[in-house]
Amino acid sequence: MKTLLNCTINGEAQSVLADTRDTLLDLLRDRLGLTGTKEGCGNGNCGTCTVLMDGAPVNACLVLALEAPGRDIVTIEGLSESEALHPLQEALVQHGGTQCGFCTPGIVLSAKALLDENPQPTEAEIRHAIAGNLCRCTGYGKIVEAIAAVAGSQANG
Amino acid sequence: MQEFSYERPASIAEAVAAIGAPEARALAGGTDLVPQLREGRRRAARVVDLKSVPEMTTIAALPDGGMSIGAAVTATALARHPVIAARYPAVAQSAQLIGGVQVQNRASLGGNICNAAPSADGVPALICHAARALIAGPKGRREMPVEAMFAGPGRTNLAADELLVAIALPTAAPRAAAAYLRFTPRREMDIAVAGAAAWLRLADDGAIADARIALASVAPTPIRAPTAERKLVGERPGAALFEEAGRLAAADARPISDTRGSADYRRTLVAVLATRALADCGRQLGFSIEVA
Repeated sequence: MKTLLNCTINGEAQSVLADTRDTLLDLLRDRLGLTGTKEGCGNGNCGTCTVLMDGAPVNACLVLALEAPGRDIVTIEGLSESEALHPLQEALVQHGGTQCGFCTPGIVLSAKALLDENPQPTEAEIRHAIAGNLCRCTGYGKIVEAIAAVAGSQANG
Repeated sequence: MQEFSYERPASIAEAVAAIGAPEARALAGGTDLVPQLREGRRRAARVVDLKSVPEMTTIAALPDGGMSIGAAVTATALARHPVIAARYPAVAQSAQLIGGVQVQNRASLGGNICNAAPSADGVPALICHAARALIAGPKGRREMPVEAMFAGPGRTNLAADELLVAIALPTAAPRAAAAYLRFTPRREMDIAVAGAAAWLRLADDGAIADARIALASVAPTPIRAPTAERKLVGERPGAALFEEAGRLAAADARPISDTRGSADYRRTLVAVLATRALADCGRQLGFSIEVA
């Protein structure tokens, strides 16, 4: 069954025809074409589908699309102005914190939520914040370095 | 996934009416229910989203000095609540073991209970605190100890037309402490191979007046370790006592062998984890206790 959902994605009001069984991930990728959000495991283990809901990271595969109206949802597409990279994206490039790139959108959003709330995290706090984001390429060290570098530059800037 | 209708009641009365329909399922954070529906492990003709029911989404003080945790309160909100973190730290810390940040931002204590996994990390500390499940149904309200909620893996003792509304924690007793420890191959984002929570209350003379131990992942439901508890009462906290209690808790466990660990391995883990959880309680109460 189809239903019309009115929700706010990346600051824009959207009116979307969705299946009542869609997850938020289906809504973003298949109905809105926002394919920056990835589907990995589809059951909440890998974090590749991480988006921000009212500022907090959640797994879009575990949220029903029907729950989206009234919530402020930010995807990776909402982070950068035109072609400019977000500082977290830039740092991941600089530090070699991305290889295949599949986990990267989720990592960026988890890291953004962390730094928005705690601009000077410890390494342990960074590792905890991205524990729900699996990366099978880099071994995490360079990702943690990249996030720490952004935190450090924010402190100096 | 089968078609389902979606309801978002705004009161307990509306929620109880909605959950009474055939194949209705309660939705809080959805971290268990959504993948279960997608993978066909549970069926739902109606999904009842409880997150607009005020009593189910708030943490409030009870008249008796205890605290009520709404069944749909997120693990993150629970862990960050100042009164819960100060008076029931084992409950707050357990909430931070459930999945990663993304899951904790959605998952609820009520869902952790009602999903009824033997490995539920949120449950052993609640059992140790003698938490009560506050339940609403078509015949009105009732309550039962959280430890009586479990019928088997994935099954609770709620009737099909009943809802878990909140979890009530009794007043935090003076000279009492609780701790929960689990073993996982990975530090985060993992399911407990075994878990053990302990709670101790001291008498004025420093002897143990009351003790509770609750175990995860070593039986079809979370269980108490009664033999170990009886051994502790009347004794003075100490390493030898806690190690003996750990061995007795291992004997109280009824583990199976599966992909996460053999029954023998789980029993060994229970002995170690229960001993360490007791030592943690002892340290919180001012004793200097070193255990293996």
